[in-house]
Order: sequence, then C-alpha cells, then structure tokens
Amino acid sequence: MSYLLEVKDLQVDLAIPAGTLNAVRKISFSVSRGETLALVGESGCGKSLTAMAIMNLLPRQARCQAAVLSFEGDDLRSFSQKQMADIRGRKMAMIFQEPMTSLNPCYTIGNQLEEAQLRHQKVSRQEARDRAVYLLEKVGITAAGSRLKQYPHQLSGGLRQRVMISMALMCAPALIIADEPTTALDVTIQAQILSLLASLQQEFNMGMIMITHDLGVVSRVADQVVVMYCGQIIESAPTRELFARPLHPYTQGLLACIPIPGRSKRGQHLGSIPGTVPTPVGRLQGCIFRNRCPLAVEACAEQTVNLQEIHARRSYRCLLSPDRAGYNWLEHDEYE
Amino acid sequence: MNSKKDFSSPFPAITFPTPGQMMWRRTTHHWGFLLGAGILVVILVVALLAPYLAPCDPYHQDLAHRLINPIWHADGTWSHPLGTDGLGRDYLSRLLYGARISLLIGFAAMSISAVIGASMGVAAGYFGGRVDVVVSFLITTRLALPVILVALAVVALVGGSLPMVITVLGLLIWDRFAVVMRSTTQQLRSADYIYAAKATGCSTMRIIFGELLPNILNNLIVVATLEMARAILLEAALSFLGMGVQPPLPSWGLMISEGKEFMFFTPWLIVIPGTVLFMLVLAINLLGDGIRDITAPEGRS
Amino acid sequence: MNEALLEIKNIRKEYRISGGLFQRRRSLRAVNGVSFAVDKGSVLGLVGESGCGKSTLAKIMLGLETASEGKILLEGQDVSSLPCRQRTRRIQPVFQDPYASLNPRKSIQAIISLPLQVHKVGTTAEQNVQVEKIMDLMGLPRRVRYNYPNQLSGGQRQRVAIARALIMKPEIVICDEPTSALDVSVQSQILNLLIDLRRELGLTYILISHDLAVVEHLASRVAVMYLGRIVEEAPTEVLFKKPRHPYTTALLTSVLTPDPELRLPETHLGVAYPNPIEPPSGCTFHPRCPKVAERCKVESPQPVVNDGRMVECHFPNY
Repeated sequence: MSYLLEVKDLQVDLAIPAGTLNAVRKISFSVSRGETLALVGESGCGKSLTAMAIMNLLPRQARCQAAVLSFEGDDLRSFSQKQMADIRGRKMAMIFQEPMTSLNPCYTIGNQLEEAQLRHQKVSRQEARDRAVYLLEKVGITAAGSRLKQYPHQLSGGLRQRVMISMALMCAPALIIADEPTTALDVTIQAQILSLLASLQQEFNMGMIMITHDLGVVSRVADQVVVMYCGQIIESAPTRELFARPLHPYTQGLLACIPIPGRSKRGQHLGSIPGTVPTPVGRLQGCIFRNRCPLAVEACAEQTVNLQEIHARRSYRCLLSPDRAGYNWLEHDEYE
Repeated sequence: MNSKKDFSSPFPAITFPTPGQMMWRRTTHHWGFLLGAGILVVILVVALLAPYLAPCDPYHQDLAHRLINPIWHADGTWSHPLGTDGLGRDYLSRLLYGARISLLIGFAAMSISAVIGASMGVAAGYFGGRVDVVVSFLITTRLALPVILVALAVVALVGGSLPMVITVLGLLIWDRFAVVMRSTTQQLRSADYIYAAKATGCSTMRIIFGELLPNILNNLIVVATLEMARAILLEAALSFLGMGVQPPLPSWGLMISEGKEFMFFTPWLIVIPGTVLFMLVLAINLLGDGIRDITAPEGRS
Repeated sequence: MNEALLEIKNIRKEYRISGGLFQRRRSLRAVNGVSFAVDKGSVLGLVGESGCGKSTLAKIMLGLETASEGKILLEGQDVSSLPCRQRTRRIQPVFQDPYASLNPRKSIQAIISLPLQVHKVGTTAEQNVQVEKIMDLMGLPRRVRYNYPNQLSGGQRQRVAIARALIMKPEIVICDEPTSALDVSVQSQILNLLIDLRRELGLTYILISHDLAVVEHLASRVAVMYLGRIVEEAPTEVLFKKPRHPYTTALLTSVLTPDPELRLPETHLGVAYPNPIEPPSGCTFHPRCPKVAERCKVESPQPVVNDGRMVECHFPNY
C-alpha cells in the first residue's frame, strides 16, 4: 500500500546547555490521501518539531534522523534544500497557529496569495489572481476581489486564518500540516474553520496532519489519532476506538482531566494527572510515564517498553495488558 | 492503597544551569566583552596608579630636552620612553594622566546625562499622554541641535575648563538615553506583572523602581557605555579645537592638538594619543555590545 | 435580604481612538452598560469571545482602569470612596499568562511577599513565615523560593500567581482566564486547587473565561457578554440546559466535547465579524443572528428579568 507520507523511526535531538534533548524519539506513522491524522499531546511532547522535521524547517541546533521519511514515494532525506523549498508550498503546505504573525503585514493579501503560486508554478499573474479569488470565495470570504487589496491588519483573526488556508491551497498540495490552526481563534469561529478544512480536504482529496492539544477537536475531525508524550508515541488508534476504549493510562488521564458540560459534577474535583512532564535529557529508564502513572508497577522502572500492536492501526506503549480493570481518575488526585 | 507516589523522573537527574550560571558562561565565551573589559580595566588601573607609574611630573617642562624621540627610535632614552613633546614634558606621564581626564569626563558626563535622559524617558514611557508629548518634543529639539557647535558656543561664552566641559556634555548627550528608555518602558508598562503590582496597591514610585527598573537596567547599562564613549570622543574633539579642557592639563585631545604643528616631523606626537583614544573608545563599545549580547541573548539568533 | 458582596452598576468604558491624520476621533465602547451582583461565596462566570469587553471589565473591577460611567459597590460601599489600599486588600487578580504575570527579575520569595511589603504587614521574619505557609497551601515545594520565574513550569508559575493573590486573604478573586495558557493536565490541577481554596478560605470568584466547560464546572451563575453588554445571565444549570439568547445557544453548540460520534457543529452564525469601533445598529448581535428580524436591526433589546434570569433579546427561546 503506498502512503502519501510515511515516517519511520523519526528522531529529533536538540543541543541545550544541559546536554542533548531527545525531543522526538523514534516515532513512526503514515498518512494517506483523504485521511486526517491527528498528532495529539501537551506542550513539549514534540508534535510541532515532528511537523518541522517533515518539512525540513528545524532550527539550526536540531539534528534529525529517520529510517524512512518518504513523501509520494520520494525519500525526503535525500532532498537538497532547493528541492525541499520546491515542494514546500507546492506539494506540502503548512497552516500555522498564529494568523497574526504568519502573514506579512507589509504586503496585501492578494500579493501574498499570488506569490504563493507564482513561486512554484509558471502561471501568469492574472491566472494566479483568479485562483486567489476562487479560493477566497471557497473559504467563505465574501467580496473576494476587493479583499485582495487589503492588508492583514484590516482583517479579523478568523478571516486571517481563512486567508492562510487559501494560501496553503494555492498550488493544490497533496498534504496539509495544520499546527494548532484554531487555538488562537474564538470558539464560535473554531467550528467553522474546522468544517471548512474538512470539506476542502474532501474536495481536493488531500492528506492532513492536524497537530493539536485539544481532544475535542481530535474527536470530531480525525480518522487516526496518535498520542505523543515526551517525544514518544504512547498510543495510536482510529478515532472511535481511542475514545471508546483508551488503553494507555496517559490517554485515560487526559480524557478524565477535561471538564465536560454535564459530566463533571460542579464543585467536585476534576480528574488530574499528578506530577509534571519530565525533561527528556539523558538515557530513559523504563517507561516514560511511570513517575505520573497511578498504575505503575516495579517492572515499569526496569524494562524498556515497546509499542504493543493490537491490530494494524492500533498500538499502545504499556506493559499492562489491555484487559486490565479501569482506573478511577477522579479519586486519586495528588498534585505536586 | 494509594500510597504516596514517587514522582522521581524516569530520566537521570540533570542539574540545569541556573540563569546566573548561564550568564556567566555567556560572559566567559564572549570575546568582544572580554577584550573590551580587559582593555578598559588596564586603562582604569593605569589611570588610578598614574602617580606611581609615571616616570616624571606631566607638567614639568624641560626646554632643553624638547621633542626627544620615543624608545623605538635610534636616539630614544629610557628616561623618556615615549619621548617628550614640544615643551619638553614627558609624553608617557602625560599619557597616563590623560587617561584620568578622559575617564573622568566620560564617566561624569555619562552619569549626568543618564540621570536626565533616563528619568525623562521612563516618565514619558510610563505615563504617556501629555508627559510623552512634552518629552518627545524636547528630544526632537535636542536632536536638531548640533552638539559640537552648541558646546563650542557655550564654552566660548563661559570659558573652557574641566567642570565646564563635563557640565556642557552632560546636558547635551542625554537624547539616546531618553529615546531608548522611553521605548523600553513603553514595551513593558502593559506587562501583566506591572498590572499585578498595581492591583496589589503598589505606589507609582514603587512600581517604577521596584518592578520596572530591574527589567530596563540592562538596556540602560548598554546605552551608558556607548554614551561614555561618545562623551570621551566629544571631549577630545572640543579640546582639539581649543574649546575644551585648557592647557596645561594633559587631555589626549589637547595633546593631539599641540602635536599637530609637528605632524610631519614627529608624527608619533599625534599617533600615540590617537591610538590610545581609539583603543579606549573601542574597548567601551565592545563592552557595551557584549553586555547587550550577554544580558539579552534572545535578541541575537 | 442578602446584600450582595460585589455590585456592578451600569459600568461603561469608552476609549477614544484616533482615526488617522484627517479623520476625527472615534470612540470604542469596550464596556457598554454592564450590571450584575455577586453573592458572598459564589462563583460568577463571565463568558464571551474576543472583543466582548470582559478583560476591560476585569481591569475596571481591579482598579487598573477607571470606568467612564457607573459604580462599583463593595458590601454596599462605593469603591471609589475607599482608599486604594483597602480595595486592593479585598479584591485580587489572577491573570491569564503565567509567563507574563511574574516579574522575570524577581525571586519567587520577593514576588509572593510583595503584597505584605506594600501593606506593611509584619516584620521580615513574619513575612517569611507567611510566604512559607502559603507556598505549602499551593503545593509549591519550599526550595523554589529563591528561584526565578523562568526556572519554573507553567503550572508552578500559576500557583505562584495565586499565592501572591491570596497572601493578603482577599474576599474576591478575579480570575482572568486562569488556565487558558496551560496544558490540559496542568489545567485540571489548577482548577482543583481553585475549588479547594474557595472552600477552605471562603473566597468569592469572578471567573472570566472563553471556555464554557471550565465555567460550567466552577461557576454557580454565568453571565454571557457580547460587544460590551451582558446578553444573558442565569444560574449555571439552567443556562446550559435551556439557553435563551441565540448567542448563548451558539456558544454552547460550539463547545467541542471529545465525542467521536458527533460531527462538527453548525452554529448558523455566518461570517460577519463584529467590529467594536462601529457596532451594528439596534441589537448588536443581529448581523450574525440566525433568528434576525427587522425589529432587531433598529431597536436595541431591553433586559428582561424573570425567575432569577436575565436576557436581552427580542425573540428569546423560552
């Protein structure tokens, strides 16, 4: 089966004063056309660095290695900077979190949209402009023609994010990487933008990697979910299965932490995961989650824990068996 | 059943360097800072110990031994390692005592202008509104004045002397302080911790000195070093033009001026004070750049 | 007759915005006539999106901005007649961004003890003891006293901010998005902490948030703000079960619970985005309202109060 993007054993290390930070530790996943993969995790889990590694946009002090990093069959590791710059924007596009800082305030919207296409494809400026108008209308911006002459500061956050989305689509890419695309937006706009992304993905048959910390967003848009913790994939499953039956204690803990209207009793504690995320510097001993896991046993500190596969698209990284009894996260909440 | 969890990390314990240690490391690895600080310390020590290091009295004229060449010429002597000037005064001694004058003027003028400029800048940045309008107007007016010409005019009216030069320079070079402090304060005044301090009931003075100042101090120090260099150069220029420190004080600018008559025969009379002046200003600039890099490294890469 | 602890009466705040070199100054009505009351020991949730004025309202309540019009009454007394020190003793903030609300050049000890120093409470030794006690209460290890904010995690910083707010034992704590900048697992720790503290210290909270799920979990009453006005106010349970204002309905529909069986919600709000400088005529919500009628474009709705609920709409859902 040929995937749009295949990643195997991706590793990203950062040099910091205290040593080497193993920010991403040998993760593997794949995305097909028309599929949405969600990379979920809290801050510091390495999800944004993973996206940067795929696009080869890592900071200078980062080192990246992978067993397989192939896009549409080509090995990305062998690409020169020029070749990468070629596919970035044309075949692979990224939508960033902050619409305020991702658009250049000195140029008009039209200018930036046209440039996105003119850089990669040999079309005339008029053709680029027409495509810009077409895409702006597609993302729901009315009076697209006059919008082209506006500057980013004249638009609201939601509109700017729509412009970002159309900019990403100018060259009809095969893969879109959306890094927290709705975190900075108002909640009523969030659902609109996500629906827009989903329908465009369907229409253009693109693959999408959605990076987010919001499990609510994940449950509504993703086909496959990959949960990351401290640089490792600790669980991977199709969306329905993950939410119906999360296997890893961290996933269970995360789901118990979220306040859900109607579920949590007001005035009572929310479930919480005790402790804080460790800094991944140095050799890992045992399970990466063991210092916060209420189900940890002695073996968790001694053995290296590998991914256990349940079926082709479902795996989790824990020594405990999937049939063990559940844990009531609401009873135990010691915080450090 | 729920025993107290052992929260020890699955990774080996790493001690992260404290911010103090990281700053120390940046300091010791920054060649510009070290070079600048080194030269400045040398000049400072030399200036302080001038009475002990100088072979002769810098004011003692010996007309029988005028224009003796320095030690690297064929007829140089060790009794005057850098030769003598047109009035027979030992050049090395004048150079050492001249360091005192340059450093004193630089530091004093910088201090005066720092107080004036920083207070104006912080007031304008913090209070905004009318205070900002007035201060901006004053800054613009001051920037429109050519410093050297104003200094010349004042000195011509009142007469040149060491305290006069310090006062005039101090009252003229505060503009960069005001501009930088104003913009820095404007950036920080709407920070949440300032609001938190206000919400705690802090008085305005306490907020400015207790909360704001520690955060703008590094900018202030950087500007201070650069303005010190500027003050030293300005003093040298004024003295060269005869409108600064008056003879027989051994200011380096004055030494260059006195040496220009003999420029083509004994060029070292100009080259020596010129070189040390250059080195002092260079050292101060390197120091200022270094301090900025060390205290705000995120501004770099 | 239970006198409310804090009463906000018709607060307005206008900013003058220069329109450019050749245009006259326009006014931005950040807060446009807000009134509510908070009982002792309760939690009021203020919900709204960007531009609704909730942060400006928070600053006015804390005394960081002065209202253009209106009064704030603390136990019946007008707050502007109280000396500044008194007010700051009784009302304290917790801000959103734990990375910005602590002075990066001061140690944790200095930050937490600042209110004690400002109000001149006790000797230095006594102040140290107080700082230790509150750090224990917050679950902060004592060894971080001499650390600086950039050495602490986000959750720890927020605990320091809460410690600073509570060290003078205020009555009212205004939490402006206290957990929005934190990770999910840290957020629940901080929310649990806030719940415990309220019970132990008898605090009253005004919780400002855009996250309805968090508000539902903590607040006893909820007020929904839109473009400077409160459009609906009700006890939490009834607001969430039976919202009356179309904006409240849209907000509730937009909450994405982690339920894969549901698809993305359709809020029917349209693309028009509110501009606070040029608010729409009549009901300010009408350009986005799915139930808009001609009346809504010309006439501003008046607040309608019945059985403990308030709503400002010509056609509320009953």
